[in-house]
Amino acid sequence: MPNPARAWREYPQRYRFEAGKCTKCGYVAFPPRLICPQCGNREFAKTKLAQSGKLLTYTIIRVPPDTFEDQAPYAVGIAELADGVKLTAQVVDCDFAALKVGMPVRLEFRKMYEEGEAGVIYYGYKFVPE
Amino acid sequence: MRDVAVIGIGMTKWGELWDKSLRTTFVEPALMAIDDAGVDHLDSMVVGCMSSGLFTGQEHLASLLSDYLGRNPVPAARVESACSSGGLALRQGFIEVASGMSDIVLVGGVEKMTDVTGCEATFALGTAADQEYEGFHGLTFPALYAMMAVAHMHKYGTTREQLAMVAVKNHDNGSKNPLAQYPFKVTVEGVLNSVLVADPLRILDCSPITDGAAAVILCPADMARKMKKPAIRITGSGQATDTIALSSRKDLCWIESTHLAGQKALAMAGRKVGDMDLFEVHDCFTIAEIMITEALGIVEKGRGGKAVEEGLTSLKGRHPVNPSGGLKAKGHPVGATGVAQAVEVVKQLRGEAGERQVKGAKRGLTQNMGGTGGSSVVHVFEAE
Repeated sequence: MPNPARAWREYPQRYRFEAGKCTKCGYVAFPPRLICPQCGNREFAKTKLAQSGKLLTYTIIRVPPDTFEDQAPYAVGIAELADGVKLTAQVVDCDFAALKVGMPVRLEFRKMYEEGEAGVIYYGYKFVPE
Repeated sequence: MRDVAVIGIGMTKWGELWDKSLRTTFVEPALMAIDDAGVDHLDSMVVGCMSSGLFTGQEHLASLLSDYLGRNPVPAARVESACSSGGLALRQGFIEVASGMSDIVLVGGVEKMTDVTGCEATFALGTAADQEYEGFHGLTFPALYAMMAVAHMHKYGTTREQLAMVAVKNHDNGSKNPLAQYPFKVTVEGVLNSVLVADPLRILDCSPITDGAAAVILCPADMARKMKKPAIRITGSGQATDTIALSSRKDLCWIESTHLAGQKALAMAGRKVGDMDLFEVHDCFTIAEIMITEALGIVEKGRGGKAVEEGLTSLKGRHPVNPSGGLKAKGHPVGATGVAQAVEVVKQLRGEAGERQVKGAKRGLTQNMGGTGGSSVVHVFEAE
């Protein structure tokens, strides 16, 4: 069973959508980083991810990893948010056949999976078509 | 820097080798390479292996393999860069010989993947992706490559059939390779009717889970000439890294690390991509080969699908890609793949590739890649 600390330390990103905005060039780092990959600056201001964006690509997973067996088939995608951040997540509440490159999506806080037997329940973010 | 030559190669039949342990899988081709080179000692060993820990619970691998190869106390290092571990091991061995640090170096690659269940193997392979920001969301490797395929099809009009044609071509080549895991042919229809893994990729778009190993012996080119060996020189070596999270890439249809590694290796060799007579590339999924042919500059951006359809990359085409059968048909024991690519190119340049021989091949290039392109290693080989 994974150590709960591993999930806990990601809570700011997964629960509150926290990102770091480079104070020099404005690059938004998600997850936060210690050095800006664009300009090398080491100072970031805390910011919240934009909640809307568009789907750049997607797929439907038919053969899942163990943890996601009860959810398959499920859609996943990469979206670019309004602040330029690109991230990967499941695409939910959607008709698979209606998925399209370029479609608008919203970032929502959702349950991911649970370990069971009083283990940790994991939460995170998912994309929902607008 | 000294010129470096490959003077010995070894590879055995790949597949689900239930009767062979990790160490035996490695030692057999390593002994073949030592015999082929005719050397009586090694100065050093470098072994590429992605995840012996997750696949067999065994770490401290370099010392174990040096022991079972009967070579203790020779210095030995294990190198890891996901599926490009073998290519990176070759590069480290190359650097060691070129620098003058060692003369005779064995470079091996090994992966024993079938001692765990399919699910456990999928997990082990998944560690090559960003665990917190891809794996956490239920992503798998087929899914990551499927997303690259969807983006490529959307941007360039690459077709589902063109993806299938990569598998058909590589299985055609693999049917001529007695060491391949799946030495049989497949049809476009067969690929299109195989089970969906992650849309649009089907099982016959994916490379398999394989037990296998390969090895080469490197030494200074001057020493090879004195030994009167059919010396194949490594004239270029290039490596580049990129984000391991696919989402962070500037362009989902472009493998920048392969592009940069290819440019570095060719510049070192003083060659152009058009000078190469054959290519062994990392077709872990059909879409990967299409994108690699573009990133290496074999074809223009967006033309990779068309190229395979027109036969440009087939065995008898202008730019043969994966005469060995590639990862698709030959198999993909992840840490061994990069070294096996070198074994194939050396066979081709020696004229020893049998039915799949590219006629008169004098120069060849290998491209080995980790994850979705978070690392790439390219080497250029030339016959004397």
